[in-house]
Amino acid sequence: MKAEDLKYLESHEWVSVVEHGGQQVATIGISAFAVEQLGDIVHMELPGVGDSVTAGEEFGEVESVKAVSSMYSPVTGEILEVHSAIVDDLSVLSDDPYQKGWLLKVKVDSLSKSLLDFATYKQQCESH
Amino acid sequence: MQKTALTDWHAAHGGKMVDFAGWSMPVQYDSIMAEHAAVRNQAGLFDVSHMGRLRFSSPTAEALLEGLATRKIAGTPVGKIRYSLMCNEQGGILDDVLVYRLRELNGDEKFWMVVNASNREKILAWLQQHDPENHAGLEDRTYATAMIAVQGPMAVPLVHEMLGMDVAGMGYYTGQFVEFQGYPLLVSRTGYTGEDGVELIAPSEHAEVLWDMVLAKGATAGFRPAGLGARDTLRLEAAMPLYGHELSEELNPAHADLGFAINLKDRQFVGRDAIIAAQNAPGIRRRVGLELEGRRPARENCPVMMQGQVVGMVTSGTFAPTLQKPIAMAYVDPEVAEVGQQVEVDIRGKLHPATVVKLPFYSRP
Repeated sequence: MKAEDLKYLESHEWVSVVEHGGQQVATIGISAFAVEQLGDIVHMELPGVGDSVTAGEEFGEVESVKAVSSMYSPVTGEILEVHSAIVDDLSVLSDDPYQKGWLLKVKVDSLSKSLLDFATYKQQCESH
Repeated sequence: MQKTALTDWHAAHGGKMVDFAGWSMPVQYDSIMAEHAAVRNQAGLFDVSHMGRLRFSSPTAEALLEGLATRKIAGTPVGKIRYSLMCNEQGGILDDVLVYRLRELNGDEKFWMVVNASNREKILAWLQQHDPENHAGLEDRTYATAMIAVQGPMAVPLVHEMLGMDVAGMGYYTGQFVEFQGYPLLVSRTGYTGEDGVELIAPSEHAEVLWDMVLAKGATAGFRPAGLGARDTLRLEAAMPLYGHELSEELNPAHADLGFAINLKDRQFVGRDAIIAAQNAPGIRRRVGLELEGRRPARENCPVMMQGQVVGMVTSGTFAPTLQKPIAMAYVDPEVAEVGQQVEVDIRGKLHPATVVKLPFYSRP
């Protein structure tokens, strides 16, 4: 997945939605900008398979040496897969945030109404 | 926001600037982990000019400070530096400070004091309250001077050579003025990282040249500038208390595990009676170290639990870069304060097993 093809929340989560067996499946992660800003990520607290997430609400936490930050869901739905192995190798977040750095796959009920396209998201990051 | 003599340098060299106690300070330049490792293995430079530097021109300062500090100040030998607390009448900790007795370049002996940035105004007011006519000759030198900490195993040899001064022969917690490039430079064997090192106090107008010189001379040896982020993880591994976390006006020194900084015998100082009362009171929480299982760090205000009961509170916590595990300092009930005690820490609703460990978490080899 390329950064340009993804949708973003203002709070720096990305989402990609594909059609899979008549069902919309969202892959969710955090942006390269977020990873860079957080710096020195040491832990992630992720939900479990079967849990539900709600668009705009917290689904987990990312811990840097400095502080803890919440991660927010771009979609509402049920979690199909969790990338729990990422906790053992957090370097993939900075090396490959949009492929190997995925965090959740979710069966989509609905999408957040606040999703930004890449250009708008990029503009928001640059104005920081 | 207030600027130190080096704030512009930090901003121009990639420092991520934050507001710290009203001062614009770098939290990091690159990575906290890398800056932390540089201090543990080579050396790091910290701008600590935001801290308050006070000078007392009159010898009566000795009696004033003796009456306010928990540590014995009267009779401090020239060149010696003492870590002390200052308390109010109720024993609440107003600040933790360094008191220096120094020989200045003209041969005069003077007391100096370094206080926390966040407490400077409070301590100035406290000193004025106890010496309204300023017999001690108190003068705030915070703006006229800058303070640079050079910390790490390679710090002392480099500063020794750079200044052409026997820094390596100086004792820990001693300080000396030296004339360097035509100005008075205060060199002390002090720091807040758990490593060997020095702190330099120079007139503000010379700060940037001095900073650049240390950095340039240390560049091949891996010296790098380090920010407040690394300063916090370093002091936490060394179990050094931070005002506003392990120390506050709500806490009495008797509980802070800082016995070395409290001299009660044959002395009178503000807060003494309250400290004695607290030492004799049962059931008071004590400062301990916790190591957590897993990788999730506990943070300030996480409850410490035991069989469903709250038995303490975390005051600082992080993922320790040198130890590669989460550590925390906490105040806990005396029944669970023994080394080896198993407890749990409630991190935002989830319980994590932790063990009370001996402090400091890290001691330099």
